[in-house]
Amino acid sequence: MIWNETKECMSRDEMRVLQSARLVKTVERVYHNVPFYRKKMQELGLEPGDIKGIEDLQKLPFTTKNDLRDTYPFGLFAAPQSEIVRVHASSGTTGKATVVGYTRKDLDIWSECVARALTMAGVSRNDIIQVAYGYGLFTGGLGAHGGAEKLGAMVVPMSTGNTKKLTTMMKDFGVTAIACTPSYLCHIAETLEEEDAIKDIKLKCAICGAEPWTENMRKQVEQKLHIHAHDIYGLSEVMGPGVACDCEYHKGLHVYEDHFLPEIIDPETLQPVAPGETGELVFTTITKEGIPLLRYRTRDLTSIDYSPCECGRTLARISRFKGRSDDMLIIRGVNVFPSQIEAALLEMGETTPHYMMIVDRVGNLDTLEVQVEVEERFFSDEIKELEKLTKKIATVIQHAIGLAVKVKLVEPKTIERSMGKAVHVIDKRKLV
Amino acid sequence: MYIKQLSVFIENREGRLEEVLDVLKQSGVNIVSLSLADTSEYGLLRLLVNNPEAGKKALRENGFSAMLTDVLGVKLCHRVGYLQELLEVICKNGINIEYMYALSTGTDDASIVIKTSDLEKAAAILKETAVELVTQEEIA
Repeated sequence: MIWNETKECMSRDEMRVLQSARLVKTVERVYHNVPFYRKKMQELGLEPGDIKGIEDLQKLPFTTKNDLRDTYPFGLFAAPQSEIVRVHASSGTTGKATVVGYTRKDLDIWSECVARALTMAGVSRNDIIQVAYGYGLFTGGLGAHGGAEKLGAMVVPMSTGNTKKLTTMMKDFGVTAIACTPSYLCHIAETLEEEDAIKDIKLKCAICGAEPWTENMRKQVEQKLHIHAHDIYGLSEVMGPGVACDCEYHKGLHVYEDHFLPEIIDPETLQPVAPGETGELVFTTITKEGIPLLRYRTRDLTSIDYSPCECGRTLARISRFKGRSDDMLIIRGVNVFPSQIEAALLEMGETTPHYMMIVDRVGNLDTLEVQVEVEERFFSDEIKELEKLTKKIATVIQHAIGLAVKVKLVEPKTIERSMGKAVHVIDKRKLV
Repeated sequence: MYIKQLSVFIENREGRLEEVLDVLKQSGVNIVSLSLADTSEYGLLRLLVNNPEAGKKALRENGFSAMLTDVLGVKLCHRVGYLQELLEVICKNGINIEYMYALSTGTDDASIVIKTSDLEKAAAILKETAVELVTQEEIA
């Protein structure tokens, strides 16, 4: 099934015309409403009239996560506050959140995109769907929720945290679809297995996003639960979940190009790379009102394929992600930068102690351990004091990144010093 | 009045304690008494040595976190209930014992090493009683 055949199957020529018209309007909007963009464009000697279509896209300036941080909280909003009906926020690189705002129209489009994604995954108004992403500032919960309601499915807003209740309701309600992070889906599968309840559920599909997972993980969980699982992609800066999703052929994620104009660039030269070549994914939002972004650098590495898909859609497909062009980690769906940990540890004193983040996956849940060297200034002859220190470090970090961490004190000079760029992360999760 | 205790942070993994002892041996530092507090991930080795400064220096040079702390050494007589009576005096004054371990100082008597929440107050209280404190010289 295809939710919006007109848009999802339009010819490439028609798509380019539509994108061009929308890009022109977006450029006008940000030039007139957002001082940040007006200044950037003026510095490049650009006026809105210089952008006549998507062929002029590369003339436009890039936007980075830092730009959102520097204009915190509402500096990039292109609509008056009276028109903003909701905000979401995600963690920033230095502990400060990046805030995004949505007008009512933005929310409608978001729901439309999620409805398309759910339809791709085979969900319809006849389904009962559990939304098991966190509800709140994170875009996952409310984003998936809006789309599922738009679709007309019966939505069970589970949020996260109570797996027992989730599996009970899954059985009792006859839930047929679930939206959650891949690692949470694996955890749910294990719980169902322990309860010997897989035979009692009616689940047929899962829509998973917010963190990377492997094709292998997908196949395993599909076999275990007898379902088909789909990959949904999104980021709050661009909108939230529902920027792209894979269809039943699983040959890349279809990008909703009539709303989000994708480019793949070389992260070093910033020049576009040819279709099929790996580079950094960049999005220009072309219908957003609240916070339209020009050429937003996602830092996600992927490639793009413009050929038509067997499913009938003409929407370009991006491949499974091949990594990041920065040091961001996604742990239990939360974006974490080593610099956040560093900034948090700075609160412990005038200099940052040597530290190492160890990311692992135990069972199917991500774990984060932070090892900190016990320097003279932290040291005590009392266990009580060392335990206090451990707790304090854990609290400071948790406050900064919003994730529970395990802090382990280690002897001085035991964390490896690198000659070049300091290595602060050991990621033991096998995702490739 | 106080004696200097050498405290060392060691990770709870094989070979680390031996390494500390090796560093002390190489620098000719003699251990008079010790106590090892362990947690699942790390341990705290508390030592009384003949030359605390030299011990600290040697350990730090070898990459260990080491520090000196003032503790009290109290001589005890071999009598049932003596230690309890001693602690009763300390506790009555609202002082908490952070840790304690034994110290052998001579042929006939025994001593304990204690660290309390308020070391100064504890020392003052003990001074008013008949107990004898161990001095740094006695363990040097």
